[in-house]
This record gives sequence, C-alpha cells and structure tokens, in this order.
Amino acid sequence: MSEENNNKDKPTRREFIHIATTTVGAVGAGCVALPLVTQMNPDASVKALAKVEVDISKINKGNEVTVMWRGKPIFIRRRTDEEVMKARQVSLKELKDPQKDEDRVKKGKDEWLVMVGVCTHLGCVPLKQQGEYGGWFCPCHGSHYDISGRIRKGPAPVNMEVPNYEFVSDTKLVIG
Amino acid sequence: MSDTNYKPTSAFGRWFDERLPLLTLFNGHLMQYPTPKNLNYWWTFGGILTFCLVTQIITGIVLAMHYTAHADLAFSSVEHIMRDVNYGWLIRYIHANGASMFFLAVYIHIFRALFYGSYKSPREVIWILGILIYLLMMAAAFMGYVLPWGQMSFWGATVITNLFSAIPLVGESITQWLWGGFSVDNPTLTRFFSLHYLIPFLILGLVILHIWALHVPGNNNPVGIDLKKDGSDTVPFHPYIVIKDLFALVIFMIVFAGFVFYAPNILGHSDNYIQADPLVTPAHIVPEWYLLPFYAILRSVPDKLGGVILMFSAILILAALPWLDTSKVRSAVFRPIYKQFFWILVIDVLVLGYIGAMPAEGMYVAIGRVATVYYFAHFLIILPILGFTEKTKPIPASIADPIFTGSGNPAFAKKIDKDLQ
Repeated sequence: MSEENNNKDKPTRREFIHIATTTVGAVGAGCVALPLVTQMNPDASVKALAKVEVDISKINKGNEVTVMWRGKPIFIRRRTDEEVMKARQVSLKELKDPQKDEDRVKKGKDEWLVMVGVCTHLGCVPLKQQGEYGGWFCPCHGSHYDISGRIRKGPAPVNMEVPNYEFVSDTKLVIG
Repeated sequence: MSDTNYKPTSAFGRWFDERLPLLTLFNGHLMQYPTPKNLNYWWTFGGILTFCLVTQIITGIVLAMHYTAHADLAFSSVEHIMRDVNYGWLIRYIHANGASMFFLAVYIHIFRALFYGSYKSPREVIWILGILIYLLMMAAAFMGYVLPWGQMSFWGATVITNLFSAIPLVGESITQWLWGGFSVDNPTLTRFFSLHYLIPFLILGLVILHIWALHVPGNNNPVGIDLKKDGSDTVPFHPYIVIKDLFALVIFMIVFAGFVFYAPNILGHSDNYIQADPLVTPAHIVPEWYLLPFYAILRSVPDKLGGVILMFSAILILAALPWLDTSKVRSAVFRPIYKQFFWILVIDVLVLGYIGAMPAEGMYVAIGRVATVYYFAHFLIILPILGFTEKTKPIPASIADPIFTGSGNPAFAKKIDKDLQ
C-alpha cells in the first residue's frame, strides 16, 4: 500500500472510501426499500371509501342496525332509556378500560351508540344482546361488553372503538 | 464424505462432470453418503417430508393455473376447480390434505429429534434451520387456508393478523400494513396469494441448507453416539437408506391416499364452504389441527399481548433447545428419566391440541393453563436441571458394540458420567 498510515488516529483514504461507499449504498438500498414496503399500506382506492352516510330515521328504540365502513361492521344502536340508565349507573372502578358512557355518545343524542362492531381482542364481530352484561358477546375468545360497548370480562384489552361520525340532520348520520 | 475417486461411467458424463461436477455432487450426497447402519424407521421422515414439499409445489402450481385471487371470485374459482376442471377435485384434495400430511410428518420428524437428541452439538445449526422451515411452513399453511375465501379463511385471517395489533404503539399501523386496508379484504387476499406461492421455494432453499448442514457431521442415530472413523458403523445411502425410505414413503402414501379418497374433508372445517362474510363471525373459530396447540397457549393467557408473546415464545423456545438441554448424552435410550419426561411432553402437546379445539371456557381454560405452564417448564426448568441430576445408562463405544445383548461399555459410560460432573 502506497499510503502508509503513520498517524494511527487518522483514517486512511481507503478507509474513508469504504465507509463513504457503504453509506451511500445503504441510503440507496433504503430508498429502494421504501416504496416496496409502503406499497402494502392501504391504497388510494381503499382510502377513498372512508366515508359512509346512513339514514337512521327507521331505527326504533331498542333496535340496532349494522352498516359497513372500511370493510368493518358499524353497530348503530338506538338504546332504550333503561339501557342508557343502566350504562350510566356503572361505577368507573368496575371497568377495565374506564370510560363514561357520556363520552361514548354525542351530547344530546344519548340514545345513539355508534361504534365499530369489532372485538378489540382479535377482530371478531361480537353478537348483540348476549353475554353477562346485556350488551355484546364475542364468541371467539369470550369477551363480554356492556350496553355502552365497554369491555367488562374476557381477554379484550379496551372498549369497542367509537369511530368519527356526526349527525348531519335528525335522520342522517355520516361515519368517517 | 464423497468418493473422490468417483468417475462417471459414460464419456459424456465425464465430459460434463469436468465442467460442472453435478454428478460428483449427487454421487457424494445421494449415493456414497455414509449413514449409520442402525437408523430406524423414525429416520425415514426426512425423505417423506421432501416428498411432501415437492407434492405441494407441483399441485400448487397446477391449482394456481385455475384459481382467481380476488375477493369476489376466489370462492367460486375454488368451486370451479372442484367441479369443472379436469381432475381439479383430486389436485385440490391432494394439496389440502397434503398440508396436513406435511405437518403430520414434520411433527414426527421433530419429536424424533427430541427423543434421540438430534439437536445437540454438533447439529445445532441443522436444528435451527429446521425451526425456520417449520415457521415458514406455518406461514404458508395459514396463507393457503385463506385463499378459498370461505368463512374460516376470512375469520382465521382476521384473528391471526390481529395478533400483531397487540404490539404496543405500532400494532395498529402494522396490521393495516399487513391488510392493505382497514380490515381483511381483497388487498390482503392478493398479497397472501403472492406470498403463499413464494414461501415453498424459500422452504426448498432452506431444505437444501438443512441437508447440507446435516451432511457435515452426518446423521445422528438411535444410539446417539459419534460414529467410528473407520466406517465400520456406516452403510452407503444408496441402496440401503434409499430403499428403506422408499418403503416408508409407500406406507405414508397409502395413509395420504386414504385421506384424499375416503375422507378428504375430515381435517377441514365445514364453515369454509360458506363464502366469507365480514359481518358474521362463525360461532366457533378454530385453526387447522396442526396449529391447535399454539392456539391453546394463546387463549390460556387472559391478556392480549401476553397471549401473543407466549404463543410465539412456544415456537422460538425450540431454537434455544440445544443450549437448554444440558445433558451430554444424546439418545433418550440411555436417559431413563428424560425418556419419561419426553412422553409427558408428547401427551402435554396433545392435550394442548385438544384444548385448542374446544371452546375457551370453564375447565378447558384451566386445563389449558396447566398444560401451557408444563410446556414451558419442560424446556426452561426440567431439561436444564435434568442434565446435571440424571443418572444415565452406560453408553456403548460404537454401534457395532454388542449393545443389543445388553452389555454396554462401562468404561465409556464412566467417562461420560465424569464429563457430566
């Protein structure tokens, strides 16, 4: 080697070229990997279906409808007054994922419970009006939800998710 | 290992072999390769597994010619294969039952390694490559089960992909990335199809490494001792092992054909003949039988993240086995206590499999928890301690030694005992 490294603290030209080449190569490889990895994320056509409009005028008290939003079922339940009372009497201390029923509905629309009908454990669809708490029961691994969709018993870690939604009129609901 | 004096008989063979020594390679590894002369029928499953892999690849390539990977069309394209395609029913039933036969053979292969200590030094790398193959087999089987787009396909995929949502912070992003959407849907199906086609070839590559690594130290054997250098303990692979493997393969194929022709759906689930419906979860979701023990471990933990971690640990712990088992004696034949624990483990895994198929309630949960704890205790507590405390039987000096008459070599056995202390 023509360039003797007399000063041990100083890197040689060759070492510098090695490091610089490897670094540029690694950055290049990262840039190539990025599109290959992100192509798997939800694409534009999937995201385009992110809003859904629901006519709620025909849902009577004590009834429930299921609509599809982003490939998932959305439970829209018009709860009876007793059910709302029952949901609000529960002490937060009893809850695994403490959340007031008031915080899970829109103000002034207390009877309407809108949530993603997917068990927060491993994604099954819970069955309505089953389980030990008068709400939903997931048959897959035995999670019980109450009439506010809050987890009460079983392996699910958190309450069923409340999606973004708004009442655009008295009879129309937009989810997403 | 290979016969260095090997020369192909034909002139063309010699010409070719000088340019690419393929024939020398085959001769060395498939003909002359020295194998212990005491290999029993538990050693035939390597060949059987190779057969299974080739069968899955061939039937799979054919099925892909008729299958349509689209959420709206997949289910009916599978029915099209069953009803319209010439011999489609046969090819699909071979492929579907072939997966089960593949796992049946791999479980026997794994438990054989556990019994005879085949994972111990110097064969750790063979063992770890085997675990990787097993993991890829599970991934391939899971994705393959999704392709018919029946109810079990859809909800199995939902439950398994949701396992990743247990990861703190990034869990939700990862599951959406896996799905290509906000739930299991068409993008999920198409990528699963792509990967399902890829994985068998990755397995094939690992199998070649697995065999390569095997041919460095050579086969373990039922006595579990190192072979004598002079070759008096070995026979050439061909014809001795080839014929034995072929005979075992024929028996295996009879069982295989029994399933394909007489009970093609007995290992499947009838719910998978209902098209996927994202709004209705079947009342009782179960994975395929070969994944049940791990499913039982998942469900025995009341915490989501904990269950997922434990389930993956149950598989990964196997990779650490060569270092968890502290005994220097390989074969359970000379380990009277280990032999008993081995059979308890077999029963434990069968119990876990049974629990995995039952609903997660009442007694089943309790039994599942006990069996889960035992499974981990076997590897983390029993094996490390047993290596130090167990009094092993005398080990013969060689395979040719009159072990079968019961007279071991006491001097050698003493040496092993000393090594252990």
